[in-house]
Amino acid sequence: MRRSWRMLLFFAGAAGIVCLFTLAAEPISQPRDVRNRYATAIISETFSQRNITDAVSAVNFDFRGFDTVGEEFILFVSVLGSLVLLRMVEDRKGKVLRDALEPWRDVGPSDAIRLWILAMIAPKVTFGIYIVTHGQLTPGGGFQGGVILATAALILYLGEGFTVFRDVISHPATEIVEGAGALGFVVIGMLAWVWGQPFLTNVLPLGKAHELTSGGTMALISISTGLEVAAGFILLLYAFLQENLSPVEET
Amino acid sequence: MEPALSYAAYAAAIWLFLIGLYGVVKSRHLVNLCLSLTVVQSSTYVLLTIIGYRPGLPAPIFTDGLKPGSAAVDPIVQALMLTDVVVEATVVALLLAITIKVHRDAGTADPDKVDMMRG
Repeated sequence: MRRSWRMLLFFAGAAGIVCLFTLAAEPISQPRDVRNRYATAIISETFSQRNITDAVSAVNFDFRGFDTVGEEFILFVSVLGSLVLLRMVEDRKGKVLRDALEPWRDVGPSDAIRLWILAMIAPKVTFGIYIVTHGQLTPGGGFQGGVILATAALILYLGEGFTVFRDVISHPATEIVEGAGALGFVVIGMLAWVWGQPFLTNVLPLGKAHELTSGGTMALISISTGLEVAAGFILLLYAFLQENLSPVEET
Repeated sequence: MEPALSYAAYAAAIWLFLIGLYGVVKSRHLVNLCLSLTVVQSSTYVLLTIIGYRPGLPAPIFTDGLKPGSAAVDPIVQALMLTDVVVEATVVALLLAITIKVHRDAGTADPDKVDMMRG
C-alpha cells in the first residue's frame, strides 16, 4: 500500500475514533453507581470475606484470579518467545565473545560506584521481597515486587559488566524458577479441587487481618507470581545483553 | 471538579492513542514501531485510571484509618492496569526480539522494505 493512501486511511479512522469517543465520554464528576456495582461489591466484601486490606490485590489474586492466570501465561510465553528468538546464532558458537561495552568499561565505573552498587543489591532484594509478600496488606504484590527483584540483577550488570552478571545469574536455575513460578499459580489454584471446590477457590485459612499470613492462597499466589516475574525479567535481560556480545579476533 | 478538567483526562487518553497510532503508521523503523505501540498502550492506562476515578475518594487500601468497606476508587481497573504494565513490558521485549531477528534475516528494519514472504 502506498504511504499516502495509508495516511489517508489513518486520518479517516482517527476522525471516526475522535467522534465516537467524544460521544461516549462523560464527565468523571457524574455519579456512576450503576456501572460501578462490581467495584462497590469488591470494596465492601474485600475485608469482610477475605480478611485483607488491599482491594487491588484481592481482585488480582482472588476475585479475578482466573484472569491473572491468563495474564501470567502471556508473560511466560512472551519471555519464552524472546528467548527462542534470541538464541545464540550458529556463527557465534565457539568464538570468544566480548561485551560491546567492554572498551568503555575499561575507563568505566569507578571503585566507589561499584562498591555502592554492590551495597545496593541487598536492600533492593529485601525491598523486592517485602513488596511481594505484603501485597495483601498494602499496595504491592507479585507483579510489582518481581520487577523490583529483577532490577537487583540489572544493577549488578551496570556495576560489574556482563561476565559477572552471567556468572551470578546461573541460567538453568533462573529458568527453573520462572517455570516453577508459573506452575505454582496453577498448582495453588488446583489445590481447591482437593476440597471439591472450583479452580482457584481460596481454600486456605484466611488468617488474621492486618497480618502477613492473612488472605489464604493470595499470599502464596503473590509469591509465585513474584518469582515468575523476577526470573522472567532476568532471563530477558540476559537474552538482550547477550545480543550485545560480539565475536573478537584471537590475539 | 471543573467539567472542562474532567474531560481533559479523556482527551489525554485519546491523544496518546492517536499519536501512538500515527507513529505506527508513519514508522520507518521497527524499533520506532514497537515504541509507538507502547504509546498506544499507555493510553489505556490513562483511560482505565479515569474510568475508575471517583471524585474525592481514597485508594482502596483499608489501612491507616480508612474503615474497611468504606467508599473508595474502583479497584478493578487498577488491578487490570498493574498486571498489564508488567505483562506489556515482556510483550515489548518479544517484539524487540522479533525486530532483531528480522533485521538479521532481512538486512533491514524498515517495515516497508522487509519482504519476508519471498518464495
